[in-house]
Amino acid sequence: MAATSVAGATPRRRRRLSLLTRRDKLFLGLALGIPAFAHIFLVWIPTLASVALSFTSWNGIGGIENIEFVGIQNYQNLPSYPPFWPALTHNLIWLAVFLFIATPIGIFFAVLLDKDIRGTRFYQSALYLPVVLSLAIIGFIWELMYAPERGFINNVLGTTEQGNLIDWLGNRNINLWAVLVAASWRHIGYIMILYLAGLKSVDPALKEAAAIDGASERQAFFRVVFPVLRPINIVVLVITIIESLRAFDIVYVINRGLNGLELLSVLITNNIVGEASRIGFGSAIAVVLLVISLGPILLYLSRAMRNEPT
Amino acid sequence: MAELDQVRSVSRRTVLKGLAGTAGLVTVPAIIAACGPGAATTAPSAAAPTTGGESAAPSAAGELTFGSNYSDETPKNAMQAVVDAFTAESGVAVKVNTVDHGTFQDQISSYLQGTPDDTFTWFAGFRMKFFAGQGLATDISDVWANVGSNYSEAFKTASTGDDGKQYFIPFYNYPWVVIYRKSVFTEKGYTIPTTIAEFTALGDKMKTDGLVPMAFGDSDGWPAMGTFDIINMRINGYDYHVGLMAGTEKWSDARTKAVFEQWRTLIPYLQEGALGRTWQDAAQSLLNNDAGMYFLGTFAGEQATDPAVHDDLDFFPFPVFGTQYDSELGIDAPIDGFMVSKAPANPEAAKAFMTFLSTGAAQNIFLESSPNNVAAANDADPSAYTPFQQKMAEIIGNSQKIAQFLDRDTRPDFAGPNGMQGFLQTFLNDPDQDLDAYLGTIQSFWDSLG
Repeated sequence: MAATSVAGATPRRRRRLSLLTRRDKLFLGLALGIPAFAHIFLVWIPTLASVALSFTSWNGIGGIENIEFVGIQNYQNLPSYPPFWPALTHNLIWLAVFLFIATPIGIFFAVLLDKDIRGTRFYQSALYLPVVLSLAIIGFIWELMYAPERGFINNVLGTTEQGNLIDWLGNRNINLWAVLVAASWRHIGYIMILYLAGLKSVDPALKEAAAIDGASERQAFFRVVFPVLRPINIVVLVITIIESLRAFDIVYVINRGLNGLELLSVLITNNIVGEASRIGFGSAIAVVLLVISLGPILLYLSRAMRNEPT
Repeated sequence: MAELDQVRSVSRRTVLKGLAGTAGLVTVPAIIAACGPGAATTAPSAAAPTTGGESAAPSAAGELTFGSNYSDETPKNAMQAVVDAFTAESGVAVKVNTVDHGTFQDQISSYLQGTPDDTFTWFAGFRMKFFAGQGLATDISDVWANVGSNYSEAFKTASTGDDGKQYFIPFYNYPWVVIYRKSVFTEKGYTIPTTIAEFTALGDKMKTDGLVPMAFGDSDGWPAMGTFDIINMRINGYDYHVGLMAGTEKWSDARTKAVFEQWRTLIPYLQEGALGRTWQDAAQSLLNNDAGMYFLGTFAGEQATDPAVHDDLDFFPFPVFGTQYDSELGIDAPIDGFMVSKAPANPEAAKAFMTFLSTGAAQNIFLESSPNNVAAANDADPSAYTPFQQKMAEIIGNSQKIAQFLDRDTRPDFAGPNGMQGFLQTFLNDPDQDLDAYLGTIQSFWDSLG
């Protein structure tokens, strides 16, 4: 910012820049170069390689000479690939449920817990506990809950007999929702703790001022606290989107992402790992997921960059 | 796959004869050598060696690595006992590298391309041929030249790659059968059904007795393949089944459609909610007497941890449909065994190990603690078998045509989770759907694999 004061004096400014010592330049070079190298090597090259592989056919055996270029054939096969459309739909449902149900509930819990109600530590721990568990473990836990004859839920409901059995994880009409309950169970705790941390940082004077001005609790939250927490809101939004798009473990544990639990991430894995992989085809699905992810990422970046100089 | 042919019928029956004749050790290989019509390649001559594995390996020593997918406690210990016996006999120290079997299968491709162990566990049939064809396994025809007489022709065929060389040593196999509890059948006065009409009549009777006729669980995707295989082999015959697996017959064929139409009529006898139930839970329904029967591999017996309950288990072949293929009694009886990786550090020891594993003695050591399989070698001692194992050997012996299992008989990317596993679940989810559209989807998926 100081540069603006000498904006007219170009020669002098140049000389000032050159005042950087050799060590400074070396330091700057390394400080920028290492992350840039890691980023290009670990993010951009694999991404571009995936895109390149999506135009090929390769069973994963042998070297590069066995990779056969097939043009857009993989993409042409995608729409007729039976699990593709279900997987895409399920990813979008997953995103919608997280965005409009799980995340608001998490925020709601955070607001409640911020009130220092009695036993707030206990509730915090209880709600946060699932976040400590990996989604794979959560898959196991809920598999036991939902099991047809031996499961907790069916035994409580008394629906373990042939004829009235509820097949929570096998019935395609309900299993995605059953799994979403399990995934939300974890997601709510995650969002709750993030938001609670944000709420703790809000200056209490703001809320007091709002109360003195006659705002109700609801108005104080939506008109004052929520806008103040804008940075946290963006983090929560981004995390929600990432969590929805990368959902994988829980369905993979339950039934390897089959029978109504198809997700793009599972299709990618099922095509790429395994005995005879279809690496090209799997990469094509990965590219579709990449394009979907780019939407929210670009949206976020453009907003974040535009509001940078504040 | 098309070459799995009638030859096995003769040799399989001979195995049975060998089992019936108590001291079959010497006689069996001799009979096989005499009866095997197409055995020109092996031709161990009428003067068959006394027992198949003559410890042919010359001067093997040093160290050997062995990648094992026997990761569950019991089979892991049994495999260790086999390895110890080999070490005691040959002086070769074997380093066993045990990997969880699901992981092992998922990573097999990168495992074999990286730095694999000298020897590893694998499956016969297409799954073996695939990796042999990619040059990821060592040709062990020379071992087979020595031990070949200890196997029936069917086993040899299942161990032979597309190039006509052998890449696999069969260890044991197990049949897919209808399992039931003897006590329940005796108590209710049920008789073993041999035709599909008797079978459904029995199912109706079980329903009135408050039993689920057939336990069923397909949340893992593959158990339903067994049902497809058996109905297809029963009504269309083994050759059609094998052709379908190899892609020479079409999924959109009317004969394939007939399989699903037949399956549809059996749905009312199957346990509800199969898509959300694991095979283990389905087996529990049988063991708890909630279900009367269960069509699965005999490994379902693993779920009967109480020996008394295991002794109460019995089984029979899937009933016939009154077609021209009834006499084939085709069956899925997958073979598990061993292969040598492409560049073993110690090829001599690896081949000596293969030779050892091909002996009945080695197989008997393993089967002692694995009562749900039967040995592959002719010189395995049948007197060590439990009645359960004897019955398995008998049923396999009675079958003239033996398939491996859908996911071992066809290309893995077709059989995998987003292929047939998913397709069969789609059928079970709505058995009344338009079968032409359904089968068209499967056929176009096959075609897209190229």
